[in-house]
Amino acid sequence: MLFFSFFKTLTDQVITVELKNDLCITGTLKSVDQFLNIRLDGITVEDPERHPHMMAVKNCFIRGSVVRYVRMGARSVDTTLLEDATRRGEFMVRVLKGLRVD
Amino acid sequence: MEQVAAGTISEPLDLVKLSLGERVFIKLRGDRTLTGNLHAYDAHMNLVLSQVEENIHIVDVGEDGTAAPPRIERRGFEMLFIRGDSVILVSPLLE
Repeated sequence: MLFFSFFKTLTDQVITVELKNDLCITGTLKSVDQFLNIRLDGITVEDPERHPHMMAVKNCFIRGSVVRYVRMGARSVDTTLLEDATRRGEFMVRVLKGLRVD
Repeated sequence: MEQVAAGTISEPLDLVKLSLGERVFIKLRGDRTLTGNLHAYDAHMNLVLSQVEENIHIVDVGEDGTAAPPRIERRGFEMLFIRGDSVILVSPLLE
């Protein structure tokens, strides 16, 4: 849920998605869902000579499971907020499991 | 669950929790390693790192089938999300 919310804050920003087959797609993030499937608009592919079949593709839906990395600008991320949300997420998991909370 | 001292590690993910905001070493599938500052993680080991250096370890194989000495390809990223299914290990990097 944390990363779903994280990606929602990145909508309408330009990101680069690197797939597990080394294809790198840059585009504007239009939407994301709970599986971290991603929809990109206005896409360009790094090294188009190696991936000529992608030249005509202007927007796409990427299945979350084929993603290796998502690269983004450092300015678009509030790292303090992210660390707090991670700690809170961990806290909530422990509460739900009935584990010790410290 | 036995505690050695308050705030120590009782579950595997506690080691990762203690590394939040610190520099970590990550080993990934596909002979890749990363170092970066850890800002977020979840139970899937999805991660967000900043100031990332990626090393890809490549062994070229010659025409006669012999392996050349391994070479390393380096890349840098300012902010990176890593999908958890590629992660093999996360380790605190003591500098």
